[in-house]
Amino acid sequence: MGQDGALVQDNRVEKYTQAISHLDEGDFREFFRIMSVVRRFDVEAGNLQRQGQMALWVPSIGQEAAQVGSAFASRAQDHIFPAYREHCVAYIRGLDLIDIIRMLRGVTNGGWDPRKTNNFHLYTLVIASQTLHATGLAMGIGYDGACASGDLDKDEAVLVYFGDGATSQGDASEALIFAQSFQTPQVFFLQNNHWAISVPVRVQSRTPLYERAAGFGLPSVQIDGNDVLMSYAATRVAMDAARSGQGPHFIEALTYRIGAHTTSDDPSKYRDEDELKFWQAHDPIDRLKNHLEILGVEESFFDSVAIEAEDYAADIRAKTLAIEDPPVEAIFRNVFMEDHPVMTREAAWLKQYGESFEEGA
Amino acid sequence: MNELPMAKAINEGLKSAMTADDKVMMMGQDIAQLGGVFRVTEGLRELFGPNRVVDTPLAESGIVGTAIGLAMRGYRPVCEIQFDGFLYPAFDQIVTQLAKQTARHEGTQGFPVVIRIPYGGHIGAVEHHQESPEAYFAHTAGLRVVSPATPHDAYWLIQDAIASSDPVIYLEPKSRYWHKGPVDLEASGAPMHKARIAREGTDVTLVGHGAMVTVLHQAAEIAAAEGVSAEIIDLRSLSPLDYDTIVASVNKTKRLVVAQEAPENASVGSEIAATLTERAFYVMEAPVLRVSGFNTPFPPARLENQYLPDADRVLEAVDRSLAY
Repeated sequence: MGQDGALVQDNRVEKYTQAISHLDEGDFREFFRIMSVVRRFDVEAGNLQRQGQMALWVPSIGQEAAQVGSAFASRAQDHIFPAYREHCVAYIRGLDLIDIIRMLRGVTNGGWDPRKTNNFHLYTLVIASQTLHATGLAMGIGYDGACASGDLDKDEAVLVYFGDGATSQGDASEALIFAQSFQTPQVFFLQNNHWAISVPVRVQSRTPLYERAAGFGLPSVQIDGNDVLMSYAATRVAMDAARSGQGPHFIEALTYRIGAHTTSDDPSKYRDEDELKFWQAHDPIDRLKNHLEILGVEESFFDSVAIEAEDYAADIRAKTLAIEDPPVEAIFRNVFMEDHPVMTREAAWLKQYGESFEEGA
Repeated sequence: MNELPMAKAINEGLKSAMTADDKVMMMGQDIAQLGGVFRVTEGLRELFGPNRVVDTPLAESGIVGTAIGLAMRGYRPVCEIQFDGFLYPAFDQIVTQLAKQTARHEGTQGFPVVIRIPYGGHIGAVEHHQESPEAYFAHTAGLRVVSPATPHDAYWLIQDAIASSDPVIYLEPKSRYWHKGPVDLEASGAPMHKARIAREGTDVTLVGHGAMVTVLHQAAEIAAAEGVSAEIIDLRSLSPLDYDTIVASVNKTKRLVVAQEAPENASVGSEIAATLTERAFYVMEAPVLRVSGFNTPFPPARLENQYLPDADRVLEAVDRSLAY
């Protein structure tokens, strides 16, 4: 799909056309709805951070097509390991996005139970660590015999997200090596948004990153990550191959971080204005809107999505302001699963210390 | 009662744990086909198959990182780090990920991963093969740290570690691997975090763990010949520490010497000294004295006998304690 929304047919996309043939206009509308709602959520969360409601916000603006396409391409039984910017993926897997805000507000270091969010695992803040967790879980799928039966709706696979900066971490390389050694049912989904905070991808790698993956022995492909259909198709093909016993696959989705790395950052100090303008002109939501207009989708649909997005943002704002701080005993809870004398002693000390003030008052 | 060397006792413990629970699996470098460089996992691959005894690529962070993912899948991975000095590539995955996963998941799932690390000196090996890294892990919340001194405890502690729902660092005193001792295969006799009175005495308490317990026995023998009755406490668990047993002993002996191979600065021995000062200040006749490795890198092996505390260095501290 070009920026004008028209579908491009050539020999490069031939093998992917089949993978999206079961999608219809209803699906495209749904892609558009989610991309739009989550972008509005993202803007609202950034505002809430600026108003002191969160320690930090991590925007995903500009990367919605890469995320929505790939997340929809996963199947219900799959495990998803995000980095920390995959808000669209979280939404699609059924996470209440207020849980992301709870974490970044500082009331929890996790936020949700992956077993209750359709296997959408926790955000991991240390870069690339989750690539190894994903690979280990995929090894377990293999040991359980839960893949390669030929039943695409039953065979499990793992989809792990990471960024261009993460490819410089040793853990990412080790994950590719283990995945290759154990032929895990797994897809590495690299969102190359071109910037690791202030360091451009050209400093991280002189080679296109998908070629680096090929060097590890993984079938790899580079796609236009701002094309939601391409993201869907490439992920669908790779995940179904991985779940069918063809080993790990690698996708590099070229996209762009329109916003800052986080709210603690000022991209105007290191990024060229023209580069930003170029990518703004290739906005993934505009592109899908162009496609929907070609299909003849009525204007009232876009209006209704805009209203839904506003409502969602207002709801998030209200929920954020209602979040209560955790009780102080939470410091000692869940450090261990089993009883631990140090936790017991310190919790008891803090309790009596607090009470000593009440008695004196 | 069977007589087994410690390496074989651990092997038997692993076998027992793998037999009891088919989610228990081994992973590490050279552990399957070769049986590990110390042969601790020898024969397990033949018994349990290549999916439960896994030779991994040579990447420590990868071993622990994938073990975390396997634990998420319901497995109970036991990772072997080949030597103490090779564990640091995995340090981030242990400290930043493994230790904090239960808290991050708010207790909705446990991470029953065991990291086995052969540690300590006395084997005359090259650099990175004789270190004592226990303080790093004792300092890290979310980890439990144990170290056996005897084949009997090695057999039972490895099974306790595997059965725990929490991550456990299991430190194997590699210089004791080939020494035989009695193993009661029927009963452990002590919970995982309980210290053991290894020798009863009345004049001074000696505390140590791992291979140091052997040195303490040598020191106690010599002291006895000189009319000094030393009580020995084998810690078994380094985190949490069993202070009740140490305090009870010091209430009796009034004197405490803590010995360890590790460098002294910010060590487990230092922590015991500080805590005993808080809990037993008025009963002690002398300050707690520490006998440790020096605050240097582990020296070239030809100097290890001067670096590692021996019975004479323990006795020098005992003499100083008795002189107060």
